[in-house]
Amino acid sequence: MDIDSAQLSAILSRIQFAFTVSFHIIFPSITIGLATLIAVWEGLWLKTRNPVYLQLAKFWIKPFAITFGMGVVSGIVLSYEFGTNFSKFSELTGAVLGPLMAYEVLTAFFLEAGFLGVMLFGWQRVSERMHFFASCTVAVGTWISAFWIIAANSWMQTPAGHKIVNGRFEVESWFAVIFNPSMPYRLSHMLLATMLTATFVVMATSAWYLLKQQHQTFARKGLSMTLWLALVLAPLQALVGDFHGLNVKEHQPIKLAAMEGIWPAREAHVPYLLFAIPDPEQEKNHFEVKIPGLASLLLTHDWQGELQGLQSVPKADRPNVPLVFFSFRLMVGLGLLMIFIAGAGLWLRKRGTLYQSRWFLRLCSLMAPSGVIAVLAGWYVVEVGRQPWLVQGLVRTMDVVSPLPAERVALSLSLFVLTYSLLFGVYLYFFRKLIKKGPPELADLQQLKVGVKASGYAVAFTKNLADETQHKGAH
Amino acid sequence: MDISLFYFLLLGFAILMYVLLDGFDLGIGILYPWFNSDAEHDHLMRSISHVWDGNETWLVFGGVILFGAFPTAYAQLLSTLYLPIMLMLIGLIFRGVAFEYRFKSHSSKIWWSRAFAIGSTLAAFCQGLMLGAVVQGVPSDAIQGSSLQLVTPFSLFTAVAVVAGYALLGCAYLVMKSRGAIQHKAAQRGRVLVWVVMLAMALVSLFTVLSDDLIWQRWFGGWQTLWLLPLPLLAMAAARLLYRDLGRVRKSHHKAEQVTEKHEDRPFWLAVSLFVLAFAGLLVSLFPYLLPRQLSYQQAVAPEHSLWFMLPGVLIFVPLILAYTIWGYRIFAGKVEDFEEGY
Repeated sequence: MDIDSAQLSAILSRIQFAFTVSFHIIFPSITIGLATLIAVWEGLWLKTRNPVYLQLAKFWIKPFAITFGMGVVSGIVLSYEFGTNFSKFSELTGAVLGPLMAYEVLTAFFLEAGFLGVMLFGWQRVSERMHFFASCTVAVGTWISAFWIIAANSWMQTPAGHKIVNGRFEVESWFAVIFNPSMPYRLSHMLLATMLTATFVVMATSAWYLLKQQHQTFARKGLSMTLWLALVLAPLQALVGDFHGLNVKEHQPIKLAAMEGIWPAREAHVPYLLFAIPDPEQEKNHFEVKIPGLASLLLTHDWQGELQGLQSVPKADRPNVPLVFFSFRLMVGLGLLMIFIAGAGLWLRKRGTLYQSRWFLRLCSLMAPSGVIAVLAGWYVVEVGRQPWLVQGLVRTMDVVSPLPAERVALSLSLFVLTYSLLFGVYLYFFRKLIKKGPPELADLQQLKVGVKASGYAVAFTKNLADETQHKGAH
Repeated sequence: MDISLFYFLLLGFAILMYVLLDGFDLGIGILYPWFNSDAEHDHLMRSISHVWDGNETWLVFGGVILFGAFPTAYAQLLSTLYLPIMLMLIGLIFRGVAFEYRFKSHSSKIWWSRAFAIGSTLAAFCQGLMLGAVVQGVPSDAIQGSSLQLVTPFSLFTAVAVVAGYALLGCAYLVMKSRGAIQHKAAQRGRVLVWVVMLAMALVSLFTVLSDDLIWQRWFGGWQTLWLLPLPLLAMAAARLLYRDLGRVRKSHHKAEQVTEKHEDRPFWLAVSLFVLAFAGLLVSLFPYLLPRQLSYQQAVAPEHSLWFMLPGVLIFVPLILAYTIWGYRIFAGKVEDFEEGY
């Protein structure tokens, strides 16, 4: 195989991994938060017996189920792709990353899968408390899963606790590997992100119902709850993001330089760029719109603070600057918009016009994909910003790709593009369909008691219900 | 026991659990074309919709144990078997989402039924193909060479055999989980499949034993033949009993008489034991290799530090997982007709 074909193959493998992992992350970033919300609503229903909580839980469990399904099938792909497309990487780092992923499967995947069946289909097979327990377990499972995979990813960003023996990574301290320097920041940032993603999906849907003047009680509850949540989570996320940024400055200064568009090897009184077009060829920015000294202040807490720039390393050691730069601004912009909406919501609530302001409801309903887009943009900053390294400073991405013929990777990549495009369309179609159908009627919910222990009784009960509805239809 | 041997056996256990559990639910997908009405298709899918996700998790578990405990084998096997793995994953994607979308669709329902059937069959076929390629020995230049190297008469044969085997597990599961026409049909197809599977097992065993002198020696090279002999004998006994049980279920429908619950449940456990015995036979032949004649588990094993780190996780969580998996199955025990409620 000549050099060009090997390189082409490597690039195709990288594109394929980027594409499949981007597609996958969409779904967990919704389900981690949504599972938590569903468990909370179920708990509130058991506590207050206010049927609107049951309605919320029962309604959102359906979009949750299709999203979870998409996450499962696209996730399995990833657990095999390390080996298929990055065989040398797997060989080098298997002893470090493999056990972390084994723990993810043991402590999270089985737990989620084991209790999901009961959560989705067990309403009339187990007691209410047991069902609530199953929902909680699924939610906790999603959090545990995030813990392990973030630990593995963070180790690739800020490797620690390892030694290199015969060119391969071995572990000296598992504690240092798992709780590596960037792990706590990335984990809290990501978990908050998933909570915000789900919060804004529910908020947007509730606002949409209110605009259409449908399902008023249900939608008001949903909007009100999620606005309170956003009021806490969105500013908190900005704070955590700031800490995370400081951590990046300390451990991955070149990534930070790309995020902020800083070119000189060292620069003091660094401006914050509201807008610019970074030019990697000329090593400068065009069309800068900036606030002098603000980047220094944010990152060093000093207007005159010095920051390391891209020119401190050779061109070959820099990431794709424009991509990182713009992704970062997109994420921050969406984060600020979320804070604004939470604040505006509070203001309208005080004035007592929250459920009537059409402009606000319209804005909220447009925010449905905001969380997902911000999560994707944030991960592009994380992953593209680490390039050309796969393990920061130790393993270069281009060196550890499987030596596959380019045609073979091209074939699998096209299959994934076709499959995922089709399925994403299908997913959106069914998501919309479920939203349009609206929540289950309160009357039906009250009749259809959950948690009837004897299954025979439950079946007879549902059958009666079906007969009754037919009867009603006949009249 | 040597800790690397423990992980070799654990990997075997994960693969076996996957084959048994996802085997029957892929089998249901493979059987789809033999059932005609929408109602029957609903029933088939409902019988597994609460367990498929957990079953498939064993595939991921096998993958990460291979990754964590035998990284060299993970890297080598997966990159060499590139295309069948990719096709298997695509198959699993389509059949997996079909569970969610089929029940929610109207005009496109037929397409989701097809996605479920074709996806399940494709995944099983690829798994069989990989089994054949591994048993036969993957050429060391396979990663660079043509993918068609993996397709040999033998690997095609094992591919069909695995599809038939999963279908048999699916039939036995349906006999346990349904009544009436579906049970009848499952019993009927199951009887034919018992023959197919036994024939395939015999041929694959024969090929494996004859293909390699070392494997021949292991089976027939001395006294060990005596204690290995129960494997094929028990398999034949299980197959015979399975065939008769399925016959009894089938006959009960003609004479409209009741079969006892025992006879409805036993076929599934017999089919499972057939698979366990076949797997044990395979293990006897291939031990200690992860890639026959190329890479043994000792050669591929990760540093001990990693193995010890995973050990408490395995020892605590695997029993726990088995416990709540059994609990989950028990909640939905009984015939599918009795839990038609959705969510």
